[in-house]
Amino acid sequence: MSEGIAPVRRLNMIEAINDALDVMMDRDPDVVVFGEDVGFFGGVFRATAGLQKKYGTHRVFDTPINECGIIGAAVGMGAYGLRPVPEIQFADYIYPGLDQLVSEAARLRYRSAGEFIAPMTVRSPFGGGIFGGQTHSQSPEALFTHVAGLKTVIPATPYDAKGLLISAIEDNDPVIFFEPKRIYNGPFNGFYDQPVEPWARHEGSEVPEGYYSIPLGKARIARAGEALTVIAYGTMIHVAAAVCAEKGVDAEIIDLRSLVPLDIDTVQKSVEKTGKCLIVHEATRTCGFGAELSALVQERCFYHLEAPIERVTGFDTPYPHSLEWAYFPGPVRIGEALDRLLKA
Amino acid sequence: MADRPASETPSYGNGGSNLPPLSLHVPEPRFRPGDPVDYTHLAIPPAGAQPRPDEACAASDTAPLCTDLIRVLDDSHQAVGPWDPKLDAETLRRMLRVMALTRAFDDRMYRGQRQGKTSFYMKCTGEEATSVASAFALADDDMVFPSYRQQGILIARGYPIVEMINQIYSNRADKLKGRQLPIMYSSREHSFFTISGNLATQYPQAAGWAMASAIRGDSRIASAWVGEGSSAEGDFHAAMTFATVYNAPVVFNIVNNQWAISSFSGFAGAERATFASRAVGYGMAGLRVDGNDPLAVYAAARWAANRARSNMGPTLIEHFTYRAEGHSTSDDPGQYRSAHERTEWPLGDPIMRLKRHLIARGEWSVEQHAAMDTELIEGVKAATKEAEKNGILGHGLHHPFHTMFEDVFEELPWHLQEQSEQAMRERRIKWPEWKES
Ligand SMILES: Cc1ncc(C[n+]2csc(CCOP(=O)(O)OP(=O)(O)O)c2C)c(N)n1
Ligand SMILES: [Mg+2]
Repeated sequence: MSEGIAPVRRLNMIEAINDALDVMMDRDPDVVVFGEDVGFFGGVFRATAGLQKKYGTHRVFDTPINECGIIGAAVGMGAYGLRPVPEIQFADYIYPGLDQLVSEAARLRYRSAGEFIAPMTVRSPFGGGIFGGQTHSQSPEALFTHVAGLKTVIPATPYDAKGLLISAIEDNDPVIFFEPKRIYNGPFNGFYDQPVEPWARHEGSEVPEGYYSIPLGKARIARAGEALTVIAYGTMIHVAAAVCAEKGVDAEIIDLRSLVPLDIDTVQKSVEKTGKCLIVHEATRTCGFGAELSALVQERCFYHLEAPIERVTGFDTPYPHSLEWAYFPGPVRIGEALDRLLKA
Repeated sequence: MADRPASETPSYGNGGSNLPPLSLHVPEPRFRPGDPVDYTHLAIPPAGAQPRPDEACAASDTAPLCTDLIRVLDDSHQAVGPWDPKLDAETLRRMLRVMALTRAFDDRMYRGQRQGKTSFYMKCTGEEATSVASAFALADDDMVFPSYRQQGILIARGYPIVEMINQIYSNRADKLKGRQLPIMYSSREHSFFTISGNLATQYPQAAGWAMASAIRGDSRIASAWVGEGSSAEGDFHAAMTFATVYNAPVVFNIVNNQWAISSFSGFAGAERATFASRAVGYGMAGLRVDGNDPLAVYAAARWAANRARSNMGPTLIEHFTYRAEGHSTSDDPGQYRSAHERTEWPLGDPIMRLKRHLIARGEWSVEQHAAMDTELIEGVKAATKEAEKNGILGHGLHHPFHTMFEDVFEELPWHLQEQSEQAMRERRIKWPEWKES
């Protein structure tokens, strides 16, 4: 990390992502950005706004609606020596490109013994809470963390979004960069019946100008505490923090930032200290990333655990429309788990 | 910058070679916001000039029709040429009514979304003929696999407007139990396949349904719709291959409304070839039709349906039309295209064209049309009121919590049972007074 003396502005997450792309396109002429509606229009969430104007249509362009093509072309461009940053408009639409990710991008380096690599970063908005129904709300991160050869990164603040995206772009391996769209404009805390405060009032929105990076595989202690350890990422960091604050729980909240590679040391140290562990994610429960985390904590911290590890997750159903808030792992679900852990 | 292997060193230019440097073509639409619009490049052929081959012809005989444009209604609103389906006035008035109802419905639902009654809406303004006239050409039990812009088919098949609004409001009467995004209808009873948010997936499914119908010796055919933008998906090509390999009784429609959100049709290949001409490479019959001419759409759909039903195989129909409104309530087309495109569109409006045709035939009048519009608007308003009694999105009147866990599987496994109980418990904690109705 090289914060130095760069002026700091307050940005929301979209602006921070746009800034990261801008910085990297400026520094590295190999960086190319493309996807559905990302060019002239600047993306349906405006993440690439202004980039085509600044860098031209050969470096920022719209694509046919074909996610297999978008990801396959990124593999080919990477093989040539470019550093592609394709966007998949919603994570729910990444599946047509799955074969190119799983069988190709993830394995080029291995199967060619390092002759070919896939230095690409697939950006995609994910997660729910926007009444997007089952095809604009999913959290499919565990499908990708399960694949050998893919890195999976999820930021929780504008500051992290910029620094992590820069690292992802610089990384020579394929990175899935999931952007929690519910917190694009403010750190939504799960209390959906209250207004969301804007990023400007959150310290995570202080984003230095210019280049800085946050290494992949280094978690952030979002809040230090003693009573128990909460492991989360993305939107759920803010939800967990709000619930702990409301209940006055002295939790240590770990924002993983990157699921693969995983900062197991930070997790282990914290759970050894607190003896209690709550894992929170919005994705469905069965075989979710929480299952992996739970196994790791159990393997490494078993003799320090004072209570069973708890997982709070989305339910194992498609993401419903009208019952969105009944589905969402919000304050009540987290609160119950906290109570159980504290009572133990 | 991260270290890169030597083989990854960027190389610019052609490394001193005396071969010409390669260059990348990135499509660019002709008009952007504020630009004046000139459509002379479209070369619209006169109505009635296109030959109509026999429905049992060789697929290759349709090749010229894949680059032509089948048109029936001429500039003086007469039906002309071999594609005139010679429909009686009563049928045409019904078709007009369904298209007008579709538009009135769209206008009302769009406003409802703006008023916060639901999360999302998509209109099909200007494209009504591509679904309504096609639906008229099919049998009511032919299975349709629509995209999200074919509400006209459901309306043509008599699906109750109130039920559509219940779905849009995601309320307690929504037959889809509030699970789907607004407009993602499903009605097996109306042979209308459940709409997916994932583009083009319905195409190979339509091929499969048609294959099944053929396996069983049934007489029903399938028909699928996809936007021109979505026709870039691999599923489109999978469907074309399956349909031709098995000579499946299916009619494929590409609704070429020129835009896919902010991307013009050039990003789906329109700069190089018409969408209909993709049929040629697969050995499938193909037709390119004026999508704003309801008679031409009907005639093309009928030709293809008859062909499929008589075991002569699949057809690909490109409907050349224009998306008159934004992509959805989340879109602002003023950001990326010229507003003059809509006003200058050379193929007019399908409702106006059919109205003028009926008037020219002495079978309709301006007064009758105005009275019909008023009646339809009132009818939609009344249906809206009726549906609102069952709730609007986000105001408590939704399906009970436990329904969220049903239909994931045929039977509820233990883990969903547990999660269902947890959802109930959470509800009791949050709203201690709540009683499940
Ligand atoms: C697999 C997939 N990719 C992307 C999207 C996002 N998306 C929804 S509609 C749309 C544009 C489709 O345009 P077109 O096929 O021309 O249909 P139209 O909206 O014009 O009717 C896009 C990109 C999606 N729903 N599914
Ligand atoms: Mg389109």
